[in-house]
Amino acid sequence: MTYLDHAATTPVLPEVLAAMAEQLGRVGNASSLHASGRAARRSAEQSRERLAEALGARPSEVLFTGGGTESDNLAVKGLFWARRQADSRRRRIVVSPAEHHAVLDSVEWLAKHDGADVTWLPVEPTGRVTPVALAEALGDGRDVAVASVMWANNEIGTVSDIAALAEVAREVGVPLHTDAVQAVGQVPVDFAASGADALTMTGHKLGGPMGAGALLLRREAECTPLLHGGGQERDVRSGTLDVAAIVGLAVATVAAVGSREERAARVADLRGRLVDGVVDQVPDVQLNGAPLDDRIASGPGRLPGNAHLSFPGAEGDALLMLLDARGIECSTGSACSAGVARPSHVLLATGADTDRARSSLRFSLGHTSTDDDVEALLEVIGPVVERARRAGMNRR
Amino acid sequence: MRVLAAMSGGVDSAVAAALAVDAGHEVTGVHLALSPDRQTLRSGARGCCSVEDAHDARRVADELGIPFYVWDLADRFREDVVDDFVAEYAAGRTPNPCLRCNEKIKFSAVLGRAQALGFDAVVTGHHARLSDGQLRRSVDAAKDQSYVLGVLRPDQLASAMFPLGSMTKDRVREIAAERGFAVASKPDSHDICFIPDGDTRGFLARTLGSRPGPVVDAATGATVGEHDGTYGFTVGQRKGLGITVGDQRPRYVLGIEPVSRTVTIGTQDLAGIGEVRTGVPTWTGPAPAMPFAAQVQLRAHAVPVACEVAPGANGGLRITLAEEQRGVAPGQSAVLYEPDAQRGDRVLGQATVETPCEREETVRH
Repeated sequence: MTYLDHAATTPVLPEVLAAMAEQLGRVGNASSLHASGRAARRSAEQSRERLAEALGARPSEVLFTGGGTESDNLAVKGLFWARRQADSRRRRIVVSPAEHHAVLDSVEWLAKHDGADVTWLPVEPTGRVTPVALAEALGDGRDVAVASVMWANNEIGTVSDIAALAEVAREVGVPLHTDAVQAVGQVPVDFAASGADALTMTGHKLGGPMGAGALLLRREAECTPLLHGGGQERDVRSGTLDVAAIVGLAVATVAAVGSREERAARVADLRGRLVDGVVDQVPDVQLNGAPLDDRIASGPGRLPGNAHLSFPGAEGDALLMLLDARGIECSTGSACSAGVARPSHVLLATGADTDRARSSLRFSLGHTSTDDDVEALLEVIGPVVERARRAGMNRR
Repeated sequence: MRVLAAMSGGVDSAVAAALAVDAGHEVTGVHLALSPDRQTLRSGARGCCSVEDAHDARRVADELGIPFYVWDLADRFREDVVDDFVAEYAAGRTPNPCLRCNEKIKFSAVLGRAQALGFDAVVTGHHARLSDGQLRRSVDAAKDQSYVLGVLRPDQLASAMFPLGSMTKDRVREIAAERGFAVASKPDSHDICFIPDGDTRGFLARTLGSRPGPVVDAATGATVGEHDGTYGFTVGQRKGLGITVGDQRPRYVLGIEPVSRTVTIGTQDLAGIGEVRTGVPTWTGPAPAMPFAAQVQLRAHAVPVACEVAPGANGGLRITLAEEQRGVAPGQSAVLYEPDAQRGDRVLGQATVETPCEREETVRH
């Protein structure tokens, strides 16, 4: 099996597995006052401190959640509600149309059910949001509740300059949330240095468990809870702490951030070979997103493991099926819960036409990727594209 | 062979896919997303296109250990089946959308795409027998679906597999239960999948709007009522006319004239049809030599009747019925069978009914 879908999820690190298995074998609710409870709390709090350190945050800024979707929902809705509560004029949300659905659908829900007005940020053809565009959309910021721009795009891998964007937002007093699910462990991420007010991250994209994530939230940021109950996480998020998952999340984050530089260089090199090899066989293939060697102030302008390609005349889901049948696993980007392929909203947001969006595939490399994986893809991609082109675009 | 299993999420297509796996084929499951606005959960026993149905199909595919994908054919389905259905009703005709779906979607768009992607055949859960290119009725007469497959041509049949034709529906459910498929006891789907509430008249009224016209009694030529749209009627219909004519005898819809929007009704003695004229036929094999004797089935679930088939106008057929039939509506498919009690009645082909008429001459045999 050739796994080229690390952006969907990446294999759990062995040290994560070991740490979680050990923790799962222990009894103890981190909210209990007795010895078992204290031991569990100690594990959770050590994890909080380690995760905070790895990401340039203070421990009190780490809210453990059930993953990226919950963190995005909590940040967007929670900041919107709290800011509007403080000043009823703040009804506007400024957001990029290339965000993950966890952000987009939260924003659209607020617009539909809770009186939010949405200002969609223009994105460059690379998918990047510029500080100028954000400044223009925010205006004087007085009517804006929250702005949200992802650190790195999950489909096309484009990195935005969050520090520059946060500065713009700060000037007009608007909190900036950033979905950094794809960025952590791939590009340098420092919460304090970024100036963002809230940051979403999750475990299973960097070698940790699924269902465990965090929202980094500045101490002074007011955020209305989604989940009410025991108030475990700063009264912003309730629910018994999943200590084993939290331990796994922290171990994975520390490991991924620690090995980032070396791994990113290796993975980027493999990715370059992958793209070059595909171009050799399919000369008219189109690279979506930023150039492979793109740079921004904070570092790489594109995720090192991301290759997002459009194959004119072929359908993404046909390509995916043919590759799957040959043991190569990749992704077409957006899929709804029923698995119906839709043209990628990210590509459409960058100005690509429907055909280009429908003909795209995402290959994403990660910590277990090897030369053999790239070779396996290059062995079959030519004939697969040819066959998919014969099947044509399945629409008239 | 490399086989594509069309999996609706129902028990039939689940077992058909399983049997294809058992037969040693390399099987890939595909669920067809045909509805533009898919419901999350199935409502009632109708339809097959909810997200829940896709989930049911995926569960079976996962149990079988075969790849599974959802193909979005909503645009094609709307153009080729739903729009056609509406246009036919608007023209005073009574279409069969399942037949159209088999002709244009399952064994055209899907089969064509499958072949282009390297598959040799499409397997479905239809209840019909198919061997040596000969399409026959299912052994389960009550579940037989050969009528809606009658439109298939030899090249389409050559790449189709119907593994369920030689077993009863009860046996299909038994196999599903033996394999532990959760869909083993899922209710059969009925009626038209894109009208999940089963209210065809309501669907047409919403789509076509109010198009009132007169209801005329055939015997007197008198206007005996008004209607909101000819699409609310089908030739042969007796129930739901909402009109009582003086003599209290039951009336049947005899004809629908779309331009003047006239619905003509009449008594039973006027409703009988002795001859059917059709459009250009399709054949499941080589075209038979004319004229020939056969059986004809004039709508889904109708009892087949003996007939003689002769060439008609404009490349169509003239089908003379041995017994008069009621409820023969333009737009329906006349599917021709060669009776065969041993191996199952063989489907010869079909043609769309253009004009049902009173018998012009006595059937000769």
